[in-house]
Amino acid sequence: MEKDLNGAVDMQIDECGQNKHSRNQEDQDFSSNILKCTMESSSLMQTFVDGYHGKHPAQDQSYLSRREFSFTLENDIYLRFQSFKNANEMEQSVKEKCPHKIDIGPVYSIDPVKRHAYAQSGSNGFAPVERELVFDIDISEYNDVRYCCTGSDICLDCWPLMAIAIKVIDAALRDDFGFNHILWVYSGRRGVHCWVCDSKARRLSNEQRSSIADYLHVYKGSENSSKKASLTGSVLHPFLVRSYTNVLIDYFEKKLMHSQKLFSYEERYQKILGVIPDESIVTELHDKWKADRKSSSCFEENRWNQLKSLLQSRKQKVQGLRRCVEEIVFTYTYPRIDMEVSKHMNHLLKAPFCVHPKTGRVCVPMDPQHCDSFDPTAVPTLSKLLEELNTGGWKADTENGWSGTSLGESIQFFRSSFLQPLLKTCREEMESSYNAKVQSNKNSLNW
Amino acid sequence: MEIIRSQKKNETTSTNLSLYRSAPVLEVRLDDFELYAIDRLRVLKGISDGLSRGKKPDEMEKLVNELWRSNMRHLDASQITNKDIISHFVLRLVYCRTEELRKWFLSMETTLFRYRFRIESPESQRVLMAEFQLPYKALSHVEYEGVKDKLVQVSRSIGQTSTVDTLFFKVPFQEVPELVANRRVFLLKGNAYVAMNQVASIVVSHFRSNLSKALVLTNRKWTSTIREQEKGRLTPIVEALSSSYLGPDYSQSREIADISLKDIDQLANSSFPLCMRHLFNRLREDHHLKHGGRMQLGLFLKGVGLRLEDALAFWRAEFSQKVGSERFEKEYAYTVRHNYGKEGKRTDYTPYSCQKIISFTPSVGDHHGCPYRHFSEDNLRAALSTMGIGGRAMDDVMDKVRNHHYQLACTLTFEAIHSSSCDTGINHPNQYFSQSRKLLSPKDQLST
Repeated sequence: MEKDLNGAVDMQIDECGQNKHSRNQEDQDFSSNILKCTMESSSLMQTFVDGYHGKHPAQDQSYLSRREFSFTLENDIYLRFQSFKNANEMEQSVKEKCPHKIDIGPVYSIDPVKRHAYAQSGSNGFAPVERELVFDIDISEYNDVRYCCTGSDICLDCWPLMAIAIKVIDAALRDDFGFNHILWVYSGRRGVHCWVCDSKARRLSNEQRSSIADYLHVYKGSENSSKKASLTGSVLHPFLVRSYTNVLIDYFEKKLMHSQKLFSYEERYQKILGVIPDESIVTELHDKWKADRKSSSCFEENRWNQLKSLLQSRKQKVQGLRRCVEEIVFTYTYPRIDMEVSKHMNHLLKAPFCVHPKTGRVCVPMDPQHCDSFDPTAVPTLSKLLEELNTGGWKADTENGWSGTSLGESIQFFRSSFLQPLLKTCREEMESSYNAKVQSNKNSLNW
Repeated sequence: MEIIRSQKKNETTSTNLSLYRSAPVLEVRLDDFELYAIDRLRVLKGISDGLSRGKKPDEMEKLVNELWRSNMRHLDASQITNKDIISHFVLRLVYCRTEELRKWFLSMETTLFRYRFRIESPESQRVLMAEFQLPYKALSHVEYEGVKDKLVQVSRSIGQTSTVDTLFFKVPFQEVPELVANRRVFLLKGNAYVAMNQVASIVVSHFRSNLSKALVLTNRKWTSTIREQEKGRLTPIVEALSSSYLGPDYSQSREIADISLKDIDQLANSSFPLCMRHLFNRLREDHHLKHGGRMQLGLFLKGVGLRLEDALAFWRAEFSQKVGSERFEKEYAYTVRHNYGKEGKRTDYTPYSCQKIISFTPSVGDHHGCPYRHFSEDNLRAALSTMGIGGRAMDDVMDKVRNHHYQLACTLTFEAIHSSSCDTGINHPNQYFSQSRKLLSPKDQLST
């Protein structure tokens, strides 16, 4: 595990160089600089990993070579089931093939390159055995509740939707499921990815993955129904209550309601009113708001309060009306994860530090604690990085090869907040399982 | 397993439910070997039918109970447990041999276990949990107090009331995926807080994973040694048993079921008149029929004895492939129930007669009507030849068609297929069907 995450980093850094290399043939300085830097950083990683890890007797030597990588070449040519024995081999292959995008797949029971050799030997010869638990959240899934952007664009007005998703899911993964090694990255274009790397997460079966995805899933995106969040039961599950009070309601009332001007236009508030099953309330509010023609900056505040007080005052009469307030907030804020990505071990996901082929933005890690202040539009792009390297001059000091660039901070964060704790845990787990094995061997000998 | 709030372990509590941990060391007569297995197969097959009809949990519980009681008794009460265990292990041998067989067996045995577990008393449920050596601890009082509010909240969110006496177990969330998926448990730091009445879920998932592993091992043993060693004795029995599952007419009880879903393909092939065969095949191929076709085939199927729940399952299975099950329930299920007199003005509609079918004017995309009248000559010839009509018989049929004697053409087809005369002539598709059944399986007491 550790090995290939490092590998992934090498590879991505590698790729930056490569892409640029092929695009800027004319500028030899650029590319040779980048290439040098790449070499340096991957050899750093290599030492870093092998330094303590390769010598441990419990290490599984074939782990990396059983991991699937997938390359997307120019013209959308996909090369699936690539695998590498070590970081060097990967580096060579990336240089040779110049992929625009690299995806990481599961670790299989056997080297995926050799999968055909096992095809005849029965159905369970070639199967995924380990895989990080991953989540993919795309802003385009929220297109019915945001008015600032369309399609796959993302801006600071709709970024809070992503911040909500990160906060809600991160809290559930840590507090409910007890995971610790969670990496959040901006995908480079329209959303965020989450990699849960705890060893118990990597060993989850498809069924267990599905159960987690379902646990987190509230949104029902049917085109034909106005109600998109289904909340049943007389009270909500503690997880939903916590998400609502800690995250959703604040973001809705303080940010999204205003930034998306949800109550200022008839077409928008009509959609909200559509969630309310009581005709008379809908008509009352609608008529009132429509008559109110003078423009005001506090439409949102006022109308939302009117709606709330009306729904909550009639609480005793019609069951489920009170729930409407929550349903509206859930509909407009609750995370909409791509379920299929999380449910199956063999789903591919773009590697961190990859450059998004369409935007040129680097897929950078971010701190879930500070995801509010993250600005997707300010993420370093390939050309910016090159410029920085060129003007600032890259440092010979390999430890901080990227420190002069806008990527420096991301890499620093990745190492200190994610990679090092993860490696530490892995080493401890490996040692304890090794010791247990040694111990049990001893016992069985005594016996 | 440690149970804190019920320290007393009742030594005398015993359970009839076996976990099938190891193969029995018993002498079994070869006859019993086979008979027990067939009896258990009846139970599993019944469960499979029940599941495919979409029965609800409480209906399934009743069904499993009945199946178990009617098939797994034994004259000698002391032998009942042995019969259970022996038949289970025989079927393991039978169903270990391919991935598909394993999957089916695993799924049916797990379902069987689930419902048998549910009806056990709480004491024996606890004994079973102990037998699984589940390493879970019941919540201590202090722990319980710490999360009490959340536990109450969860119970209320799923519409249950938890009392102070409810025992909770702390279980790694991975063990109870069903409960996690439906948010039926409280989760904290990777542990699910499972109430005593939810433990079935844990025990069943253990049962399932144990059996799944055991089946793979059995398969290995079977291919490496048993098959060869038992070549003259068990191997033929085992091989015959697995094909008897695939056979068309297994464990059919004629007194109650008229026709059952699993036979329908075979019946369509042998005993449906051409008009119904055509609709049936189109439906299987296109997963859709327009209204006229649905009425003509649907009422015919009702007439031959397909019960409402089977009819719903049958149409759902096809239509949901095309329009999705949600749309099926919304738009099509109504007409199926309507045909059975369960909706609207609640008339029990009768199947169409030949006269009515011949009088239809089907249009683009329609498949109903009478093929002898509405098909082009080429299409009719092609259709008849798939029924095995050829040579002289084909000429005779086509001759009647040209002279507009459609029912006579159908009668000739019937006679050619069944090699038997049909003096009354065909004037109703359901009559065609029942006469065909009488000829093909004379022992059947079909009254239709």
